Amino acid sequence: MYVAVKGGEAAISNAHRLLADRRRGDRNLPAISVEQIVAQLALSVDRIMAEASLYDKTLAALAMRQARGDMIEAIFILRAYRTTLPRFGYSNPINTGEMLVERRISATYKDLPGGQLLGPTFDYTHRLLDPDLLNDSPVEEPITAETGHEPIMRVADILAGESLIEMEEPGEEETTPGDITREPLEFPLGRDERLQALARGDEGFLLALGYSTQRGYARSHPFAGEIRIGLVDVEVDIPELGFAVSIGKVQITECQMVNQFKGSAKQPPQFTRGYGLVFGQSERKAMAMSLVDRALRASEFGEDITAPAQDEEFVISHSDNVQATGFVEHLKLPHYVDFQAELDLVRRMRAEYEATQTGTATTEHKEAAE
Amino acid sequence: MTSAGNLATYNFAYLDEQTKRMIRRAILKAIAIPGYQVPFASREMPMPYGWGTGGVQVTASILGPDDTLKVIDQGADDTTNAVSIRAFFQKVANVKVTTKTGEATVIQTRHRIPEEPLTEGQVLVYQVPIPEPLRFLEPRETETRKMHALEEYGLMHVKLYEDIARNGHIATTYAYPVKVGERYVMDPSPIPKFDNPKMHRSQALQLFGAGREKRIYAIPPHTEVVSLDFEDYPFEIQKFEKPCALCGAENVYLDEVVLDDKGGRMFVCSDTDHCEDRRNAGHVGELGVAQTEAAE
Repeated sequence: MYVAVKGGEAAISNAHRLLADRRRGDRNLPAISVEQIVAQLALSVDRIMAEASLYDKTLAALAMRQARGDMIEAIFILRAYRTTLPRFGYSNPINTGEMLVERRISATYKDLPGGQLLGPTFDYTHRLLDPDLLNDSPVEEPITAETGHEPIMRVADILAGESLIEMEEPGEEETTPGDITREPLEFPLGRDERLQALARGDEGFLLALGYSTQRGYARSHPFAGEIRIGLVDVEVDIPELGFAVSIGKVQITECQMVNQFKGSAKQPPQFTRGYGLVFGQSERKAMAMSLVDRALRASEFGEDITAPAQDEEFVISHSDNVQATGFVEHLKLPHYVDFQAELDLVRRMRAEYEATQTGTATTEHKEAAE
Repeated sequence: MTSAGNLATYNFAYLDEQTKRMIRRAILKAIAIPGYQVPFASREMPMPYGWGTGGVQVTASILGPDDTLKVIDQGADDTTNAVSIRAFFQKVANVKVTTKTGEATVIQTRHRIPEEPLTEGQVLVYQVPIPEPLRFLEPRETETRKMHALEEYGLMHVKLYEDIARNGHIATTYAYPVKVGERYVMDPSPIPKFDNPKMHRSQALQLFGAGREKRIYAIPPHTEVVSLDFEDYPFEIQKFEKPCALCGAENVYLDEVVLDDKGGRMFVCSDTDHCEDRRNAGHVGELGVAQTEAAE
């Protein structure tokens, strides 16, 4: 005898209890602390902050722990918190030219003012599993040096000095940038909104799209003009004071991709820019973002739009992993009402199909008999 | 430093008042232009996109402390997501909740319209996955907006015609497109087409929220809602061969329940509240047990 399924409430609560148990894991081991996550899994924390668009290491680490290490789940938790925060105002544009640089490399110049600074990079490490890390072996203090007084000028500014690269927008007038977290997206987007969407876009998705441009789907001949990672001041204008006040520092990764452009009737041959800016230390994301940014500027330069990476609606509508994961995973919600409707139609069409089949069979039979 | 205390405070019905005002404006605009999709700055909600965030935002914006809320998914009050959304509003808005269609002032639904006709003063809030009825014919938003602006719906009729030419039927069984107030073609969300006629001149206000796609649209009370069809292939709703096995109701939407691995099946009301009401009133279906007996 069928009894209508009840007890969803109890089932949910038990499932969450089990989740809490699995999250904690073996009780004989100490629980991992948020401070440990911030200190030792810093790049995960950075990714959560970047894609959640909220710069708060403690909350990002908490979200990561709560999500059992599932990055997209953690990003989602942090975003759902961010969205409830009141908006006090907007900061002034950060000045990456005055960054306290920890890493800065350029692939276009052998040496340049400020020099090449490798910083804490995985580059040139050999990816051999390190048994020393199994134990808590002592780690040497890093070697530090006094900062030079030479400003670390941006590579794009060096090129701009010679007018070899396009000027940076906005050229004509000071416009207030859009805010994709407060206004609905309407295509086509301005580059400001597009860059915002890319900055919180899924790292994997942008990586794949950026990669596709390198393999010939919207090739843009990119050079990594510069990648810099470091701390920048965030300044806010305080109307009562009449001047800007620094409210703190954030770590960011900036990538300026320099791309070839043959010129058009209106523009002389020059280099064009692809831009990437991400919270925290994430070179991969910043580089991928700058490749995709450049690809999405195709129509600006009158280039043919032939590849997915150049298609703004395609890229931006699908780059948000919180949206994507929600919609993909919603397929596990019950759909039996719609399925019933489809089932009914398929059965009806099957019946009609079988009726025509037997119909033809009898006619054939008749014909044969005649 | 953020302390746990700071984190725990949320506004009535979760959303901050600024956000609610923005959503209410979108709702008012939607009511003023029946069937038109109004873009709104959808927020991240504490449940995933695709799980009713649009409906939840609409509900959160219209809910007052005196409201009584009912939440259904697939017609049932006790499906897991309905339970979860109801619990969410109990927690963040502390409103009265009910499973009775007649008692509710606001009903949030996924994939069904209750069998009991809605009355004046009630609001039905639909959760919408893809608000654009033309989306699967034309993936680009820039194009579909143009088509709506020009009332250019030929593509949709061609699609329905091709269905008939190929299958002898219109092969759309749910999310069946409708025309609202003789102007906009609208996606009624994935309700079975069985429910389409209930939208026509309904006394209740019908609001549609699509969170991920950032659109709100509406059917004001008493608005004409016509399912698209052809003169020679008129719109038809699904018919079930048997009444509900539990309450004996006819002309209601039924769910198929598989009983065993030998093809045994039963059909029961998808609207659980309606079914319960009927059984309480003494109706018994083929496989049902009379309520008085069951109580004994």
